[in-house]
Amino acid sequence: MNRRQRLPGQRPLVRTLALAAGWTAVALLGTFALDPFRNYQLALVAAYLCATAGLTVLVGATGQLSLGHAALMAVGGYGYALTSNALPFEGAARFVVALLAGAAASAVVGLLLGLAAARLSGPYLAGLTLAVVVALPAVASTWSTVLHGDQGVQTDFEGVPDALRRIIALEQWQAMVAVVVAAVVVTGLALLRGGRFGLRMQAVRDDEVAARLSGIPAGRVKVLAFAASSVAAGLGGAVLCFVAQAVSPGAYTLGFSLLLVVAVVIGGLGSILGAALGSAVIVLLPWLIGRLTAGLPTDAAQRLDGNLAVLVFGLLLITVMALAPQGLHGALASRRRRRPPDTPRQIDEPAPQKVLVPTEEQR
Amino acid sequence: MSQRSRSVPAVLAVAALAAAGLSACSTPEASPGVTDDTITVGTHTPLTGPAAAGYSSISAATKAYFDYVNDNGGINGRSIEYVVKDDGYNPATTQTVVRELVQEDEVFAVLNGLGTPTHSSVVDYLNENEVPDLFVASGSPKWDQPGTYPWTFAYNASYIVEAKALATYAQETWPGKTYCVLGQDDDFGTDFTTGLITVLGADGLASTQTYSVSVQDVVAQIGAMQAAGCEVNFLATVNGFTALALGTAAKMKYQAQWVSSSSGGDYPTLVGYLGEDVAPLLLQGFVSSNYLPFSPDDEWVALFREINDEYNGGAPFSGNTVFGMSVGFLFAQALAKAGDDPTRESVLDALEVGALTGNGIVPLSFSKDSHAAFEGVGITAVDQGVQDYVGDVFTTDGGDGDVVPYTGEPVALEGDGIPTA
Repeated sequence: MNRRQRLPGQRPLVRTLALAAGWTAVALLGTFALDPFRNYQLALVAAYLCATAGLTVLVGATGQLSLGHAALMAVGGYGYALTSNALPFEGAARFVVALLAGAAASAVVGLLLGLAAARLSGPYLAGLTLAVVVALPAVASTWSTVLHGDQGVQTDFEGVPDALRRIIALEQWQAMVAVVVAAVVVTGLALLRGGRFGLRMQAVRDDEVAARLSGIPAGRVKVLAFAASSVAAGLGGAVLCFVAQAVSPGAYTLGFSLLLVVAVVIGGLGSILGAALGSAVIVLLPWLIGRLTAGLPTDAAQRLDGNLAVLVFGLLLITVMALAPQGLHGALASRRRRRPPDTPRQIDEPAPQKVLVPTEEQR
Repeated sequence: MSQRSRSVPAVLAVAALAAAGLSACSTPEASPGVTDDTITVGTHTPLTGPAAAGYSSISAATKAYFDYVNDNGGINGRSIEYVVKDDGYNPATTQTVVRELVQEDEVFAVLNGLGTPTHSSVVDYLNENEVPDLFVASGSPKWDQPGTYPWTFAYNASYIVEAKALATYAQETWPGKTYCVLGQDDDFGTDFTTGLITVLGADGLASTQTYSVSVQDVVAQIGAMQAAGCEVNFLATVNGFTALALGTAAKMKYQAQWVSSSSGGDYPTLVGYLGEDVAPLLLQGFVSSNYLPFSPDDEWVALFREINDEYNGGAPFSGNTVFGMSVGFLFAQALAKAGDDPTRESVLDALEVGALTGNGIVPLSFSKDSHAAFEGVGITAVDQGVQDYVGDVFTTDGGDGDVVPYTGEPVALEGDGIPTA
């Protein structure tokens, strides 16, 4: 891309990719420092990050709220699992082809959903996406010959490649694969949002009529944004299926779908870094709570198991909204900058009622 | 600024996890989970969610049995610690909790992991890490594959074995009737139906109906069976759907003989669903199979009732209680036979040389070539609100081998139900 065409605030493509590659390498090296369970959790965080990053870009940049990203993850997972089981060959080639098939499946579903979503907004859009998650078990049981109902689809075990078997444990290998996929997804989303399409999404979000008057095809932008976000979620679902060797409706419940939204809101709406923080929170918090309640008497621990986490998430959401309305990333960024309240920057900030608009810091 | 956060997230995630992991970093030791005076085993089971109602009492019963053993000196001087993890019958959660068991709690073995879809998601992981995966609580034939899964041992009689025995009993008892099946739309239903067809023949079933656990309604299926003139209906259903099927049929004034898999044929649990008043009427003549002691006057049952009262707070006594305690007994026996300093390998050896008896009504089948526990079942029936064996016991295999009547005695109770080497 030549210098004149570069958009305001945009980095050169090469630098973006170099940065992404550098950070990914650091993350991959980091897996050597973690024990197997931590690596497993890292793989989960990376898989969730694919979905939450897609969701945060969708909500932050276009203002479309989706409560159904868990269903889109499931689509990616089923696409991955069915393709993986159907392929005659094994190894890395099977993984890549199945991953792409998962992405393609979620792209198609995302596109169809996006077509409907572009005509809706606010609670109606939320309702539509909510319905998709609620319908998932029924879809799986209606086509149970292919999707195997509640039991879900199991895939073959993808072990560590023989060449690496001596130095890398299974969990570490899974974490590395998940990190690489997440890095590709996050880089793609960052490029998408930082480029021309990103400006269009913002224009449509801020004022659809004005955007149309400027010649931006608002409907198409919304549909494509939804599809892109859906692909990100689908890749997350595919990675999760790779780690768990199974995809089933029970793994993508309404509760999980709302948890993705919670992760995005806690992290900071519109911020990819916030999405990462939020994903880490939704993976680590239930586990930490489980550790804390492990010392309690069996009876009390069994009562709290699974329930306490929900309560803590609710409290956390309220606390974050009250103390740091722009989420964890917003809170971190404002602390770091310590911008005086009366600089011109603040005047440029969006009007307070536009809660879905991310600030410059968040992005 | 907008490009700042490209892949920072991944790195931050690493940092967050590393911080969380500082306290818990660990390297596996020679024989995890064994100390001089304890041995720790774990399980995954649904304590919350839709499947919890039918199965959460199993792990409590196993724990009660272990408490009983521990109070009486343990096994080879070691007390058994049982770590129970809730997976909500969700395979994704099973993945997480089983890794917690193996890597954080460092259990010696995973015992009695419950459910076909849930346990399927961890069986590769457990075998990859050479963790004994003992007595899986599911009737899938998948667990009996010593070549593929050398560390995995089944517990339940396989659905195929059960179906073949029940179909043989039905043919002998109600010859020439119209046979049909209602099955769950997963491996449970499919395997059970396979077993039925092995005995009844490819055209032996007049109607094959399936249901999905997420749809709490079987009117269409029962209606179809009624329309097809079904007289003997086999059920590959979990307890909740057995009750639903019988209740639905009663509402439709449809009389038939019901023959259920042991997974959905536990009388006390069914009474819980149907109610004390109508259950004895609806379940009169209800046939099921079982491979564990369940007669009201059995000595094992008497012992388990005592343990249940003393160590399980007098929880309702059902087939699940017997199941849970029998699993505990079998593990204690495996441990007793594994030597004074048990290792994962020595337990495996004890199982494969066939040193265990268990407490079933047929002998255990464990050997180098078989990781199936029970290759035979007895037939039970409900009469006047009491479920008991009718006397017929069959043994068979998971393939197309013959179904043979078994005349041996059930395993007798010895030494207060605490196994010794």
